[in-house]
Amino acid sequence: MKRSNAPIFWLLFGAGGMLAALFGPMLVFITGIAAPLGWALPADLLSYPRMLALAQHALAKAAFLLVIALFAWHAAHRILHSLHDLGIHKGVLARSACYGSAALLTMVAAASLVAI
Amino acid sequence: MSEPRPAPNRPAYVRPMQGWWRRDPFFVRYMLREATAVAVAVYAVVLTLGLVCLAQGEAAWNGWLAALRNPASLLLHAVLFIAMIIHAKSWFDIMPKTMPMIFIGARRLSPATITRTGWAATLLACAALFAAMWAWHA
Repeated sequence: MKRSNAPIFWLLFGAGGMLAALFGPMLVFITGIAAPLGWALPADLLSYPRMLALAQHALAKAAFLLVIALFAWHAAHRILHSLHDLGIHKGVLARSACYGSAALLTMVAAASLVAI
Repeated sequence: MSEPRPAPNRPAYVRPMQGWWRRDPFFVRYMLREATAVAVAVYAVVLTLGLVCLAQGEAAWNGWLAALRNPASLLLHAVLFIAMIIHAKSWFDIMPKTMPMIFIGARRLSPATITRTGWAATLLACAALFAAMWAWHA
């Protein structure tokens, strides 16, 4: 019997959803609102030398990749399963588009982290 | 005499499903919850672009930072922020239904306890992340 690959995608969906539920609001607030406006955080928080030094650390690389990859796989899985509710058939094309985008994002993030 | 049967070539009535989720506030909440996935995806793209810029050097990184200061970006992130809060709230709202039941002694851990523990964990995680930003800067 062929084993189902559903648990893998479900696990990534669950892990990404949990990570986004715990840290998502503050991550968006820091990078998208507070840092650009210079609110509540040091003005040079995300300056190039500081970010470069951080991203050269192995643990930080792992954390960045984890956030991006799990967010991407969570979203891909959830969007794929919501397509049916919008009347779009969940076929090979939809699966490839959703999971393919997540895989692409994961690879681009990983390649950038290796290059830093 | 019996009723005339409909002509066989006339298609049967099928209730249209277009806009089904707008018919009930429960369905609207469901779709809103599912739509937060789009925000999570957009944010993953924003972060990935940031890493690509960081890998390219100082000028590219400063370009990414400048793009984040654009009013359109600030508006986008305000929407993403609200979506993330809706995601966090609903994630733990449905958690009692998605996780296996937990028993303490003979009593089942109540759904409300699971949900509130989750929300408390979000507050704690967000506070810790914010504090970590200041610790990183010190």
